[in-house]
Amino acid sequence: MNLIKKAIAGTLESSDIMVTVEPASTLKIDLKSSVEKQFSTSIKNTVLAVAKKMNITGANIILVDHGALDCTIRARLETAFLRATKEGQA
Amino acid sequence: MRRSLLFLPGNNPGMLGNGDTLDADGIILDLEDAVAPNEKDAARILVRNALQTLHYKACEIIVRINGLDTSYWQDDLEAIIPAGPDIIMPTKVSGADYIHELAAKITAVEKSCGMEIGKTKVLPLLETAVGVENAYPIAIADKRIIGLFLGAEDLTADLRCKRTKEGQEIFYARTRLVMAARAAGVDAYDTPFTDANDLEGLRKDAILARSLGFSGKTAINPRHIDCINEVFSPSQADIEYAKEVFAAIEEGKKLGKGAVALRGKMIDKPIVARAQQVLDAAKAIYGGDIL
Repeated sequence: MNLIKKAIAGTLESSDIMVTVEPASTLKIDLKSSVEKQFSTSIKNTVLAVAKKMNITGANIILVDHGALDCTIRARLETAFLRATKEGQA
Repeated sequence: MRRSLLFLPGNNPGMLGNGDTLDADGIILDLEDAVAPNEKDAARILVRNALQTLHYKACEIIVRINGLDTSYWQDDLEAIIPAGPDIIMPTKVSGADYIHELAAKITAVEKSCGMEIGKTKVLPLLETAVGVENAYPIAIADKRIIGLFLGAEDLTADLRCKRTKEGQEIFYARTRLVMAARAAGVDAYDTPFTDANDLEGLRKDAILARSLGFSGKTAINPRHIDCINEVFSPSQADIEYAKEVFAAIEEGKKLGKGAVALRGKMIDKPIVARAQQVLDAAKAIYGGDIL
């Protein structure tokens, strides 16, 4: 699955994560999190797992996390990827 | 036992995460009014993931989907049903045909993911004049239906009248809904009380709803849950009286009496039925110990 445009999902509220994705040739993750010290590896592993499941091999992924649960991170990332692969949707 | 059903916005991860800690008997994860049109996709995926991951043990899970007059409802069902919610809540239900179309889609999704057919129940939201008038045909339209839920905010807009705390304008709709639900053998759930800070008004509204025959009441604020649970639970006096009814019947049998009286009143079939309802409710709420 190829990204064709930049897309955003999620919010900056507590327990949520804002995900921005844009087309790129490789996967690159930029993470800012209120729980970065404890969970950055876990969050990045989750991101890679979602990208693999959705067959996404190239994307710049910018994450601003405010303590989102794993299921929220997965949901926001999936939403952003789907939005980035569809024409005419933000 | 569904005394209280609490609405939670489907696109709010913080509230979804705390869903079963709020003491509601059921939570309604909302994909409809609480979600902006450009966030429908995000809410659908978030609710699906929450259901797959968070194990809500303390309450039933209801998902309110978008109306059949939108382009969202089929996607809602395809995403949500495989995640195993207890109940789907369709909105602005107008008649039996609406339920038939919805039930056919639910069945198709259950089949496609190997689920037991009929596992997913339905709680229709009636919030239009035509929906209230068709309450009975809606209630018997499909075996999945477990109750009817009255939505007074949209209804009063449809009726072109003002929504008041006293609720005189929805009295007919309330009684009509309860009558239809009971005739169909299902439950009836009352509209939320929308003033979050008026707890005295909430109590009066809940007492009125219970007196009319509603099984429970919905809420849009967690602060309302304790009051609703209390109003829709049998009191200790109710429970004691119900026990006395059955004790008196047993005593009457021993003495070979055909008719038995308690506190100066003949115990007839309706009194026994009400006593049994009280004990069933008490058992569901407090467990077997109280009996």
